[in-house]
Amino acid sequence: MGGTVSANHDRSNLLEVRGLTKIFGTLTACDHIDLNIAKGEIHALLGENGAGKSTLVKMLFGSLEPNSGEIFWDGKPVKITSPGVAKKLGIGMVFQHFSLFEALTAAENIALSLNDGSPISTIAAKARALSFSYGLPLDPDSLVGDLSVGERQRIEIIRCLLQTPQLIILDEPTSVLTPQEADKLFETLERLRSEGKSILYISHRLEEVKRICDRATVLRHGKVVGHCNPREETAASLARMMVGSEVKAVVRAPAEGIETAPALLEIRGLSRKPATPFAIPLKNINLTVRAGEVIGIAGVAGNGQGEFFESVSGEVLQHDAGSVRIRGKDAGGLSITGRRLMGAAFVPEERLGHGAAPRMKLSENLLLSRHATDGKAFVGSGGTVKNGAVYSAAQRIIKAMDVRKSAPDPEAAALSGGNLQKFIVGRELDRRPSVMIVNQPTWGVDAGAAAHIRQALIELARSGSAVLVISQDLDELFELSDAIAVIHNGELSTPLPIAEATFEKVGLLMGGAEPGHAEHSLEVA
Amino acid sequence: MRIELVKRPQRSALFSMLSPFIAFALTIIAGAIMFALLGVNPLSAFEIYFVEPISQVWQLHELAIKAAPLILIAVGLSVCYKANIWNIGAEGQFIFGAIFGSIMPVLFPQFEGPLVIPLMLLLGMVGGAFYASIPALLKTRFSTNEILTSLMLVYVAQLFLDWLVRGPWRDPQGHGFPQTIQFGDSAVLPELMPDAGRANWGFVFALVAAVAIWLMMSRMLKGFEVRVLGSSPRAGRFAGFGFNKMVFFAFLLSGALAGLAGISEVSGAIGQLQPVISPGYGFTAIIVAFLGRLNPLGIVAAGLVLALTYLGGEAVQSALGISDKVARVFQGMLLFFVLGCDTLIHYRIRLIGMALTKPKGAALEAAPKLGEAR
Repeated sequence: MGGTVSANHDRSNLLEVRGLTKIFGTLTACDHIDLNIAKGEIHALLGENGAGKSTLVKMLFGSLEPNSGEIFWDGKPVKITSPGVAKKLGIGMVFQHFSLFEALTAAENIALSLNDGSPISTIAAKARALSFSYGLPLDPDSLVGDLSVGERQRIEIIRCLLQTPQLIILDEPTSVLTPQEADKLFETLERLRSEGKSILYISHRLEEVKRICDRATVLRHGKVVGHCNPREETAASLARMMVGSEVKAVVRAPAEGIETAPALLEIRGLSRKPATPFAIPLKNINLTVRAGEVIGIAGVAGNGQGEFFESVSGEVLQHDAGSVRIRGKDAGGLSITGRRLMGAAFVPEERLGHGAAPRMKLSENLLLSRHATDGKAFVGSGGTVKNGAVYSAAQRIIKAMDVRKSAPDPEAAALSGGNLQKFIVGRELDRRPSVMIVNQPTWGVDAGAAAHIRQALIELARSGSAVLVISQDLDELFELSDAIAVIHNGELSTPLPIAEATFEKVGLLMGGAEPGHAEHSLEVA
Repeated sequence: MRIELVKRPQRSALFSMLSPFIAFALTIIAGAIMFALLGVNPLSAFEIYFVEPISQVWQLHELAIKAAPLILIAVGLSVCYKANIWNIGAEGQFIFGAIFGSIMPVLFPQFEGPLVIPLMLLLGMVGGAFYASIPALLKTRFSTNEILTSLMLVYVAQLFLDWLVRGPWRDPQGHGFPQTIQFGDSAVLPELMPDAGRANWGFVFALVAAVAIWLMMSRMLKGFEVRVLGSSPRAGRFAGFGFNKMVFFAFLLSGALAGLAGISEVSGAIGQLQPVISPGYGFTAIIVAFLGRLNPLGIVAAGLVLALTYLGGEAVQSALGISDKVARVFQGMLLFFVLGCDTLIHYRIRLIGMALTKPKGAALEAAPKLGEAR
């Protein structure tokens, strides 16, 4: 490996990357990356968050300019200076975050990106034909706003395929899909491979990489740490390559005597009208979380998780005070501060801008959620802030959660996502809350930190608290939960005890196979 | 050659401090060009503008008189702007403070004694706060844009004052001049050092307000609330701070301080109500707030600088025959350059050769272009 440049490139490689480097300020996001993608292979790009996968892909798609290095397309050196150039070469990309207009139809969205002046009806017909031939059924005339996340991804894929690319880059495509939808996607990918097309498949889900990918390139801290055949590796050996060390497995002691434990969080017939035209209404949600247990809420993104979290946290109040009860008392009419004072703690999905103020120091961000619950410790007479006490409490949390940082009390935005998340979770754990509600506890967090956070949540529950975890990561929920409920289209299913839950059962619920308890929904209307 | 702005990894503490000084230097350069175009020697013009007006003790008192309302108003506005709430209507709140405070001397001139001044000041604050509550109410109830409503209410206040002094409150013995009666002795804000100059207690109020607000913003939970809601409203809501309450708090506080400035000006410097009681203090205070980095202590310094532009404007008018609107030009340029220089806090400038020649800033090559994702 290294920067050796030879004149005779293997024509069987569709894409060849030599020594590609991208530097942001003092951070080398990609450090002399070498990568070959053969014709007709599914090539996995593996790595933790922040390993440089996105940066690499952006350079291949022309949205970032490399500082040095070479790219060969079909054996010839090329400079990919813009996404337009990439498309012309035959590189197509399906992004993790969709770029679709919700108020337009699927065909209109496709027409916007093709931008070749052909009439919508022609595009719609082409899209329909293509979608059926690849087993990705799609109605081009439907409004994007009405479609599920999986269907939206199909639009992105069809849009990409309409440009007849030779190489298709997929960025974490299954993170928004149910297991069944993912299976369908894999069939499509295999079909594309059999047609001789190449696929660069970015993921951190090891099982699916083992299942569909022919070769894998593993990145760590911006460097290639190895190429391998994922079929010959185990999930554990792949994880070791990604992380660079063993990841401690999370231990979940069996919960005992849960049935008789007091219900610390009760949600009774919680409904909420959509706040915006594309928001999800909550429909008659019922859930009980008892002392000592972890309940997981699974669901595809955008099925009402955010709305549910806001309602339970008290950022949005309920008309019916009894619809949210904390430690046996009505809390529906109380603000987030009131609910915190009853013993509840909350960790939202968005770290920067919701769970933490980006431009404020960690100690100030500690005060953010605890100025009321720890009023005596942190706020003195006349409303003055006891900076010393806040600072030392912040240091205590930093130590307990092993938060890595560059300064004693840095701004929240200066921390990596995983370290900030450890701080935000630690900030709430430090209170020993009796009810803890977490939305996406380890989203974008590296494996080591994720294991740390999950273990801490389980230990909190086993010490007698009620823990509710909302997550899109099924592996995580199966690791953490004593029972798993599924949110779909604003409705919550009855929780499945972990002993009875399987990926397949939960996956079916995520796809809306069985509306949780439709018999109640009449009462609300 | 082209110029690019390159985002800094962190905000620069150096330029955060230097920016007002660079802005001031640029204002001086632009001002020199302006004077030269007017056919005046820039050096002597600057001496008349910036040096002569503060060369004697009584002139420093005049400076304090001009600076007091600017500082009082700007300190209140700094709280608004830190909370990301845009009160542009301090001029109107200033006028309403003056009107409310003047109720005592105009309608109850027979009421005299040491209680008159405290009552007037209190009423002034109530008047300013009342007038500021209107845009706050409109914003929280109907989501109107407070920039527009507070600004438009300035003109309402100006015309209301105009009507008052020409109509119901006009001095019957005033030979038809549009003004109220002269305030009685007990309704005049005392001078600090009557032997040395005219400066009154208004300047002390300004300093006290600056220190108090500085303490609140840096040491108290309320200040933390202002900063959180201003910098990330969603995190503020997560913290349990109400945005609507903050809108009222910021408007009422800044309105009360503007109202205090209004009644202090009328009771101290003018001595009666007349159609025009402010040379645009409420607007100039916006410049003061930004020039002072929205920091109350910085605002005290900035207030003195801007007060000097008023005195200088009067001085060049009498000495050189240039319109005193030149003061407005200087104020405008100063705000323009301050906002421009603030870019340097978050960005640095990079020159790039367009031709084949190697860029001079090769060491900076590694930096990402503006707008690139990290």
